[in-house]
Amino acid sequence: MNATVASLTRRNLLGRKRTLVLLLLPLALLALCTLARISANLDPDIEQDLQGALAPDLLGAFAIAILMPLLSLIAGTGSIGPEIDEGSIIYLLAKPLNRYSIVVTKLLVAIGVVVAFGVVPVGVAGVVLTGEVGAVTMGYTVGALAGGVAYSAVFLLLAVLSRNAVVIGLIYALIWESLVGGLVPGAQALSVQQWSLAVVQRVLGDSAQRLDVESAVGFGAALVLLTVVTLAATGYAGRRLETLRLNDDA
Amino acid sequence: MSEPTTSGTPAGAIHDIGYRHYDGPRLGASYIRRSLFVETLRGAYGLGRSARSKIMPFLLLGVMVLPALVVGIVTSYLRLGSLPLGYTEYVVTLQVAVTVFLGSQSPAVMSRDLRFRVTALYFSRPLSRQQYVQAKFAGMAAALFVLLGLPITLLLAGALLAELPLDEQLPDYLRAMAGAALYAVVLGGIGLVVAALTPRRGVGVAAVVGVLLVLSGFQAAVVGILGDAVSTRYAGLISPYTLVDGVVSGVLAAEPSIGQGPPGTLGAVVFSAAVVLLVAGCYAALVARYRKALS
Repeated sequence: MNATVASLTRRNLLGRKRTLVLLLLPLALLALCTLARISANLDPDIEQDLQGALAPDLLGAFAIAILMPLLSLIAGTGSIGPEIDEGSIIYLLAKPLNRYSIVVTKLLVAIGVVVAFGVVPVGVAGVVLTGEVGAVTMGYTVGALAGGVAYSAVFLLLAVLSRNAVVIGLIYALIWESLVGGLVPGAQALSVQQWSLAVVQRVLGDSAQRLDVESAVGFGAALVLLTVVTLAATGYAGRRLETLRLNDDA
Repeated sequence: MSEPTTSGTPAGAIHDIGYRHYDGPRLGASYIRRSLFVETLRGAYGLGRSARSKIMPFLLLGVMVLPALVVGIVTSYLRLGSLPLGYTEYVVTLQVAVTVFLGSQSPAVMSRDLRFRVTALYFSRPLSRQQYVQAKFAGMAAALFVLLGLPITLLLAGALLAELPLDEQLPDYLRAMAGAALYAVVLGGIGLVVAALTPRRGVGVAAVVGVLLVLSGFQAAVVGILGDAVSTRYAGLISPYTLVDGVVSGVLAAEPSIGQGPPGTLGAVVFSAAVVLLVAGCYAALVARYRKALS
């Protein structure tokens, strides 16, 4: 952990224009939830839905499946990718700093951004939808946090490994998790989204079944996988940063 | 200094520093625009760029084409009476691949010029800023049209090989091709506007895909919340895919691929107007983006 690296990374991630892009995602989520709330006040049928499966559906489909991967993708790759791309990482690597601590610092900043622009809005959205800080709100907030941490670590590793990190990350998040995961049941076990859903399911407890929240993996397995993936991705990213080749292609 | 050409506007540019005059014919701005268009179209598929930049576009083209081939083969083997996957629903079914193509290639079209600061060189030539935008827009839309039109055409070829009657297939095929052209222009416009905002490739990719994904997620969620009311059918205006699908089903009388399509004549008019406004707005935004100093 290094304060200077952290502040540099934060400035890289939160430029004026980039903050706007980052803000769009949680704003869309909140607008959606406000719309749901308003229409629930107008229509008792929707109100009933909202007490039932609609709130988890909205949070699951929009927050866990779209918002978190996208935000983590921007934050995770954005914390190191542009620097490698432009070659300015060399000024950082030339300093007597442990490469692992550079990776950990950048990961922590990325997680901070994900929490500020993703996890907190998910919590607010949960309160707006359900009207209380109940199991649904807590479950999805904790689930979003767990998913966001793992996604950020994986995408940061991708950014160290490849120039095409963002596209590869998108293909993983979109095609693997939704399409392949939908068709091949085994693929769901290898999906950060399912792991964070397992966390949600655990926090919801008995009401998970009523709310139709079901993950493809158990809670224990999910927790182990989340931890292992996060730690392994961070460790390998640090290792790769130690042997990083600059300008291997134009 | 160089003499003005026949059109009266000085076409000589910064390179003429007075050593020896070139008095021959000059090819002019529209020639540059045409070259830039071809270069953009080729560049979107990585042609003329490094081998690594060819992987992604051709992979995605393969993802788009493969289902069409499979559908064609299945149809002729099983002697089906109609295609299991219709022409007009093809793009919507494979929209993830289209979105990723747009996301990965529109920054390649727009951001590279900004990042390597070569736009200044373009604009020091007789090429005007509108013409630059026109060439880029047309190039991106053409690249998308190839991506969407090729599998649809292969679908028709598969249907004809399976000896389905041409007169039954042709109307839907033409509707789908018109739809592909609309998708190309609408999606290309959105992708380029978002990509032109940032010189960084990674941010551009994420922003383009993010915008499209959030819009379709938003649209699906609004439909989910509102249920079956008539107003729900206007929710298709939110996402570009449902918007174009609404025009294809409302104006060209195809089967809607998502939801129910726009309600009645009024809905069709509203959806068409939205498409026109969106494309014009994208063009205007791009021109405005390039009017000012670039960074």
